[in-house]
Amino acid sequence: MACLRSDRSSTPKARFHSALLARLGLIGATLALAGCNTVLMHPSGDVALQQGQLIVVSTILMLLIIVPVIVLTFVFAWRYRQSNREADYQPDWDHSIQLELVIWAAPLLIIIALGAITWISTHTLDPYRPLQRLDANRSFSPSAKPLTIEVVALDWKWLFLYPDQGIAVVNDLAAPVDMPIEFRITAETVMNSFFIPALAGQIYAMPGMETQLHAVINHAGDYRGFSANYSGAGFSQMHFQFHGLSAGDFEQWVQSVKASGGSLDRTGYLALQKPSVSEPIHRYGAVEAGLYQAILNRCVAVGTPCMHDMMSMNPSTVTTGMRQDTAAPMAMAPDATVMPAPGTHPHRD
Amino acid sequence: MSEIATSIPAGSSGAPQFHLSTEHHPENGTLLGFWLYLMSDCFIFACLFACYGVLGRSYAGGPTGAELFELPTVAVNTALLLLSSITYGFAILEMQRGRKTPVLAWLALTGVLGVSFVGIELTEFGHLIAEGAGPQRSAFLSSFFTLVGTHGLHVSFGIVWLLTLMVQVGRLGLTEANRRRLLCLSMFWHFLDVVWIGVFTFVYLMGVLP
Amino acid sequence: MSLQPDFLKLLLGRLTLEDIPYHEPILIGTFIGVSLGALGVLGALTWFRLWGPLWRDWITSIDHKKIGVMYIVLGLIMLLRGFGDAILMRLQQAISFGDAVGFLPPHHYDQLFSVHGVIMIFFVAMPFVTGLMNFVVPLQIGARDVAFPFLNNFSFWMTAGGAILVMISLFVGEFARTGWLAYPPLSGIAASPDVGVDYYIWSLQVAGVGTMLSGVNLIATIVKMRAPGMTMMKMPIFTWTALCTNALIVVAFPVLTAVLALLSMDRYLGTHFFTNDMGGNAMMYVNLIWVWGHPEVYILILPVFGVFSEVVATFCGKRLFGYASMVYATVVITILSYLVWLHHFFTMGSGASVNSFFGITTMVISIPTGAKVFNWLFTMYRGRIRFELPMLWTMGFMVTFVIGGMTGVLLAVPPADFVLHNSLFLIAHFHNVIIGGVVFGAMAGITYWFPKAFGYRLDPFWGRCSFWFWLVGFYFAFMPLYVLGLMGVTRRLSHFDDPSLQIWFQLAAVGAGLVALGIVSMIIQFVVSFLRRDALRDTTGDPWDGRTLEWSTSSPPPAYNFAFTPVVHENDAWTDMKRRGYVRPVEGFIPIHMPKNTAAGFVLAMLSTVCGFALVWQMWPLAALSFAALIAGTIFHTFNYNRDFHIPAADVDRVERARTQLLTSHV
Repeated sequence: MACLRSDRSSTPKARFHSALLARLGLIGATLALAGCNTVLMHPSGDVALQQGQLIVVSTILMLLIIVPVIVLTFVFAWRYRQSNREADYQPDWDHSIQLELVIWAAPLLIIIALGAITWISTHTLDPYRPLQRLDANRSFSPSAKPLTIEVVALDWKWLFLYPDQGIAVVNDLAAPVDMPIEFRITAETVMNSFFIPALAGQIYAMPGMETQLHAVINHAGDYRGFSANYSGAGFSQMHFQFHGLSAGDFEQWVQSVKASGGSLDRTGYLALQKPSVSEPIHRYGAVEAGLYQAILNRCVAVGTPCMHDMMSMNPSTVTTGMRQDTAAPMAMAPDATVMPAPGTHPHRD
Repeated sequence: MSEIATSIPAGSSGAPQFHLSTEHHPENGTLLGFWLYLMSDCFIFACLFACYGVLGRSYAGGPTGAELFELPTVAVNTALLLLSSITYGFAILEMQRGRKTPVLAWLALTGVLGVSFVGIELTEFGHLIAEGAGPQRSAFLSSFFTLVGTHGLHVSFGIVWLLTLMVQVGRLGLTEANRRRLLCLSMFWHFLDVVWIGVFTFVYLMGVLP
Repeated sequence: MSLQPDFLKLLLGRLTLEDIPYHEPILIGTFIGVSLGALGVLGALTWFRLWGPLWRDWITSIDHKKIGVMYIVLGLIMLLRGFGDAILMRLQQAISFGDAVGFLPPHHYDQLFSVHGVIMIFFVAMPFVTGLMNFVVPLQIGARDVAFPFLNNFSFWMTAGGAILVMISLFVGEFARTGWLAYPPLSGIAASPDVGVDYYIWSLQVAGVGTMLSGVNLIATIVKMRAPGMTMMKMPIFTWTALCTNALIVVAFPVLTAVLALLSMDRYLGTHFFTNDMGGNAMMYVNLIWVWGHPEVYILILPVFGVFSEVVATFCGKRLFGYASMVYATVVITILSYLVWLHHFFTMGSGASVNSFFGITTMVISIPTGAKVFNWLFTMYRGRIRFELPMLWTMGFMVTFVIGGMTGVLLAVPPADFVLHNSLFLIAHFHNVIIGGVVFGAMAGITYWFPKAFGYRLDPFWGRCSFWFWLVGFYFAFMPLYVLGLMGVTRRLSHFDDPSLQIWFQLAAVGAGLVALGIVSMIIQFVVSFLRRDALRDTTGDPWDGRTLEWSTSSPPPAYNFAFTPVVHENDAWTDMKRRGYVRPVEGFIPIHMPKNTAAGFVLAMLSTVCGFALVWQMWPLAALSFAALIAGTIFHTFNYNRDFHIPAADVDRVERARTQLLTSHV
């Protein structure tokens, strides 16, 4: 340890070199290792791929400033140390217009570049935006129909409903490769976050509200999905497998779920949503009509008023003219809040 | 900053003087400090207004402002509070003339108006709760009761402060310290008035609109 | 007479014997350790007959110097607690893989990460920066104390009260299991019916009032009490950062007070601000808490930026480069910090334009921050650098903080944040800036101003040990977390299934161990320095060849700070005085007007703490009583008009004569 030698033999020079090397070494090792085997840098979904590329580009842009700063720190510390009498000493030099211009302008330019990248990429990779491309080489027609999956975060498990296939699964998810998916996400009790790193970014799952995520899986495989927002005692076990399957395999998967015989109705859901940890996979070949809408509007239990009914009851309710998503007309009740809370509605741009 | 010019004697040799040889009396910071506190209080109200803005139409199938608010009562309450600001203003004028008894009289009147305001508000709250429109009924009512209630709480604390000051002025007269305290309460009282204008505009007047 | 069970329930609220954690060995062990330590301290106080001086000279003191020291002592004590929590978490995460479940079940682990965050932010970092500002600012501006000395004392004891409530939660009941910001609906009464969130709410409300009043105090001090000649642009840079910090406090803390009050109303009164049903909106909480939360982190970092500015200028023997630029940068950061809060929840589903706006404002903050870093660099340029302890910590900061800043700007790109939010990458980022920034800055500030406060320097050897252990430990503890974040690992997990992750957690645990050694070295440093204080004595009051007014006083300064109020002509007033042949006056002393000590602050703060405790356990009679006592006590205090006195000229003369003797005998 350097401190043990500080009083004796280690020269300032040796200390600085060792400090510099150690510091750069650790950082470099981290960066290098980060490249290997990290799902964010090697994802299997196009959206996640673009997001990973953004991370790399942003990092490189900023290293343009950071590396010189760190190097200069060591260089100046070394060169202007007290024992170096050869270095210039100007105790009253504290001002230089040119230098100030560079000091403010250089980061400004980087941030302008990064800001432009941010504006564009945030709009392109908006989770609510239907996919325009399958990957860098293939586009996807916006009029073609994506696969719709409804997601409900429960304590502490995930319920996935496939409205077009009429099935539902707990803690297991599958989708065909190269088929855009439209996730519609809500929760039952507390805030969670729906996240499959290999596929796309995450988005919060919130009770009484619906968020959306558009993504596509480009390679077949098994990927890890979980909640990325702490939600209680069973949080560490709140993960599932997401299977990217060929079209044929996906059909088989759907059929196997149908063949499992289970049926999810309101009573079954009310039992399911009770808190449990490490819930095993459940498959439901049939789902009660309107179940997801009931979950979203918090009226699964018979006799509970649905949120959208409650809101449309008041004659003084005013719709705020928000763009209604035609694909899911009942996705969010026309809530007449004066200031719409972010995320409640299909967002406006 | 005239203090600097007159109180920095140049040294006899022309070298600058680096210390004051007499007692330095920095300006009293009480009014500034109280104003800063008041602005922070303003932020609390801003948060409550923001909450009301977001949640103020979330009736959850329950009663709306149009159904609940009795504007004539609100008008009376507003008049009482605004009047109390005027009476407090007169108290300050008398304070500046150095006349203790008129100060106490105007303060007493202010207190009476303030107590009436709070009394009417409590009655209004009581009615609402009795009708089943309490703060637990909906987010709208939660934010209504909290915003208006916080204002009423502030007025109540102001009244307690007012009574305390009346005792202190009564006993010790219009000392420097008591004048500062009266000015602080003055700021507080007028501030609550301004907040009330915000309340009756955004909550009551706009609340009864469809 | 036996008490009826109903009456007992009324008195004790929901507190029962089951709330004492008899069956938790870790807690029992901690309790025994803490009790033994406390008994040791109490015993020592009694043995050395220190109760009188403790009460008179510290607890009831309104002297900003004493209060500043007490804040830092509080921060150091709570650092031990918060760091203990960290070690436990690191150990759990290093071993809990596959079938091994570790030694901390979720019920315990989830409290750990929540209380660790709360303690580190509110009861370690805040006291550190508040303590430094309290101690230094009046001295730097040539004042005798702050604008409202009684309020200062009260503010400290309120902060201590909040810390006391958090510490009590360890042994009576439990703490929140929600994370350090307690988002609803998880923190609502339905999902968290137990006392944990209530401890969270009341400890923060009590401490928050203290901080808020401290903000008012320091702004009024800086605006009104500067020495003649010290215009705003001649203030020391640390005072500038203190001014901006306290402006942020006054503007941000009311939001915390409001949002916690709303949460407590949801929990206690059944209102519907943040519930899932009846119109509530949990997203409102997230917005409000981060409207407070983002300025909060700037409240933590701006003062240490000020520390670094002072340290760099002093130990490079050179004027701070670009003083005006630094001031503008500080002000710009202050304003911008209020415009970025949404970057903490890009993933909550706002539209792309909203997300972009906040992402871009976040990036813009890095411009003035970068300007500051460059200005420090160019202060070093053509300086003559002495690597005393404060400068070492500053160097560590300059390399470490910029990495953290970089990852912050990275997280500010919303699509990037979508894959990194709430991951260990995020954890690594904020520890990077908080440890690399705030902790290193606090250490720099403490080692820099310690001689001024106590009259002797800190032992350099153990100081260097502490520094290197902290620095290397930090990198070992947090660089692996960046990697884990890129591997898609999320935060707040107490168990893992993927064995390939384990090596990284083990590395991180090693890092935590190194930091532990750093903390131990720091404690040893304090002890050794005290024992060797004669050898380390600062006789001149200016051990570092400082540049600002605090170095013109003795170490420690007398109660009145300055026998005569200084007059300022230039920036770096003390350097100016030294250059232009300042001669310290040795006669002609006048009586000095000073505030009196008072027990009111301590009493009122402890009443507030009792009230908080009573509210946690719903002991309504006690809550009502303590609240009434609080109001009555406040009113009673206002009837005390006799709050100051004059130090006789003869006393001033005696103190100054002693200093003259010290200075001449050590020339």
